[in-house]
Amino acid sequence: MHELSLMESALRIATEHAAASGATRIVSLTLRVGALSGVVPEALEFAFDVLREGTAAEGAELHIQQEPVRARCPCSPDELFETSGPVCLCPRCSEPTADIVAGREMDLVSMEVETP
Amino acid sequence: MISPAGIRTISIQEAVHGKNLAVAHENRERFGRCGILAANLLSSPGAGKTALLEATLRDTHVSMPSAVIVGDLQTDNDARRLGRWGATAIQVTTGDICHLDAGMVQRAMAELDLSSLSVVYLENVGNLVCPTSFDLGESLRVALVSVTEGEDKPLKYPGAFKWADLILVTKIDLAAAVGFDRDTAITNLKRVSPAARILEVSSRSGAGMEQWYETLRGRLPARERKP
Repeated sequence: MHELSLMESALRIATEHAAASGATRIVSLTLRVGALSGVVPEALEFAFDVLREGTAAEGAELHIQQEPVRARCPCSPDELFETSGPVCLCPRCSEPTADIVAGREMDLVSMEVETP
Repeated sequence: MISPAGIRTISIQEAVHGKNLAVAHENRERFGRCGILAANLLSSPGAGKTALLEATLRDTHVSMPSAVIVGDLQTDNDARRLGRWGATAIQVTTGDICHLDAGMVQRAMAELDLSSLSVVYLENVGNLVCPTSFDLGESLRVALVSVTEGEDKPLKYPGAFKWADLILVTKIDLAAAVGFDRDTAITNLKRVSPAARILEVSSRSGAGMEQWYETLRGRLPARERKP
């Protein structure tokens, strides 16, 4: 359950931004989670439910944008292909590729806040 | 963007791992400045990380002075096992936390005399899932899978293997006894992690260990020695 640690970090970043902008309450948070981030969205939601209590995000909604893996194969280096991972097979030559361009991200994208 | 109800959207665009990544970056720079190879070892519990390190320290600690930072949920048993070979072993008991993070490593590094070391092994908590998300500042990530775990372990728990620079198939002295299907295992590893180097080793019999040591020696960075 490393999602607890990660959600703790996400909430810390969010509450810092909320305080800096004079917000009284966080209404929603949007996270971007890549298919190879090693994070389970359901576990993030559970962690969020537990950790938001008593913070500025109490009662807030969590939106998770799931991102596919984007990879490149030496057989066609000018194009990217998408896959759900973790075995990233090139759709052209069917070989696995190690050149992963995106899909590990776990970002706090934005949030909605209420200001007085 | 302000709506009539006083609700507005703030763009953040920040990596949730950002703080860990920043500390990992500091660790990596510091290891690099001291000419230290930092190797992060990941595996499931019981794959043989500690046994591998015991044999490695026994055989190489004189030629490559080493220390170990070892994470476990509880007990300092591993640090005591590893300390027998003259290397400093620092136990990090993580309590309920299922992985090492860069901050834990940084605090443990403060207890080491980095100027005297060539290698620091970061023996992660036995877990194939959570540790994969945390950069520790290592320059070599090593994933272990033992022959007793089954050939499809890399497909079931790909994260630990996908980002590894080096994969060690351990306990190969037991391969015949457990009916280990080597070809299938290697094929699965290469599908998940096509760029990783794969070595087959046994800490007990010594098979393949010299190649592991050679790999470590080959990854030692150039020395500046300014801790």
